[in-house]
Amino acid sequence: MCVVCGCNSKADVRVEGDTDEHEHVLADGSRTRHRHAPDEGHGQAGGAHAHPVLNAHAHDHDHDHDHDHDHDHDHDHDHDHGHSHSHAAHRQDAPAELVALETALLDKNQRIAERNRGWLSGRGVLALNLMSSPGSGKTTLLVRTLRDLSGEFPMCVVEGDQETSADADRIRETGAAAIQINTGAGCHLEADMIERAVQRLAPASGSVVFIENVGNLVCPSLFDLGERARVVVLSVTEGDDKPLKYPHMFRSADLMITTKMDLAPHVAFDVGRAERHARSVNPTIRCLRLSATQGEGLDEWYGWLRAMRRIDPLVRPSSA
Amino acid sequence: MHELGITRNLVAIVAEAAQGRPVRKVWLEIGTQTALLPDSVRFCFDVVRQGTLLEAAELEIVEVAPGWLCEDCGTPAGGEAEAMPAACAHCGATRWRRRTGQELNVKAMEVETCV
Repeated sequence: MCVVCGCNSKADVRVEGDTDEHEHVLADGSRTRHRHAPDEGHGQAGGAHAHPVLNAHAHDHDHDHDHDHDHDHDHDHDHDHGHSHSHAAHRQDAPAELVALETALLDKNQRIAERNRGWLSGRGVLALNLMSSPGSGKTTLLVRTLRDLSGEFPMCVVEGDQETSADADRIRETGAAAIQINTGAGCHLEADMIERAVQRLAPASGSVVFIENVGNLVCPSLFDLGERARVVVLSVTEGDDKPLKYPHMFRSADLMITTKMDLAPHVAFDVGRAERHARSVNPTIRCLRLSATQGEGLDEWYGWLRAMRRIDPLVRPSSA
Repeated sequence: MHELGITRNLVAIVAEAAQGRPVRKVWLEIGTQTALLPDSVRFCFDVVRQGTLLEAAELEIVEVAPGWLCEDCGTPAGGEAEAMPAACAHCGATRWRRRTGQELNVKAMEVETCV
């Protein structure tokens, strides 16, 4: 965590083109600028990262980030009961107060997500959050979609991966704008990453923004990004029991797309069973089947996209 | 893995509200349909609270079972089973509005008041 500004947990997150450089005014009035990306996560305690001083007045800036505010709340009772005291004993020797908090743990993410939703709908932009396990064919589907629908409405892509810009590069080959977010150790995208990425992409009014989440069927379901709808992609080379194994993901999705349908005759995957499982955890989920490489089923997907673009942006298609 | 980040949020929210007062106990509400494991949160809590006002705090997790209301007649359903009911026992409709099961809230804390 950065002891200067406390902007900790996102130290490893890199949004392409976003150096995230910012300035702090230190206690002595001097200014320091630093950045958190790329590859410049603040190290832990005593991090040896350089804080270049702009108004270079000569003081030996060897701050060793050692938390010099010492929380010395001097209790008058002498604390010689070691640290092996039981909580019960502790409870008796000082009065306590019960404080109601009623705060949502993901409150901050939720607030940024709502802001994103407002920002996007105010511009008439349809944002979709695409989620799946790694290798289900999200990027292949997007590349095909961008090629087939280019000229019909503007589209751009936010790519989330732990590392590399390989997927964003594939998207850019189609001529569409794309921005890569590398989450580092992170296993999902969060609303603030989308805020930065989308503002950088500056999607045109009436466009569609595809957000390709990190390949993972667990935690992405927990984080609202400000999307209008969630799409979960399942390929026939996976198991048809995935909706039951990862119910949170399928419960939170508005649309399930079964991909690689051209391979269906060669694998044991039962599409009907996968869709029944999905509906058993989420009766309102819509199901589509397609092959992005052979083209079957794409018309229905494009029909869904066109219909979503026409829906009032302030109404989510179904409740989560 | 995502429990760590969320537990850091928990400790940050509580520590800020505590305003310097040591925290003895925290009540956390977790819906069983949030993809968050209580045991994992407890494990992360033991790590994250070190060196904070929550250092000696006890964590009590209240799990909330899923519940729905029928969109058509308002009859409640759920409570124990994790899956959404097939049809409303009262009117037979199959559209549900979620009532509980996705909670992720810090309910309250107990802080020492140094007199």
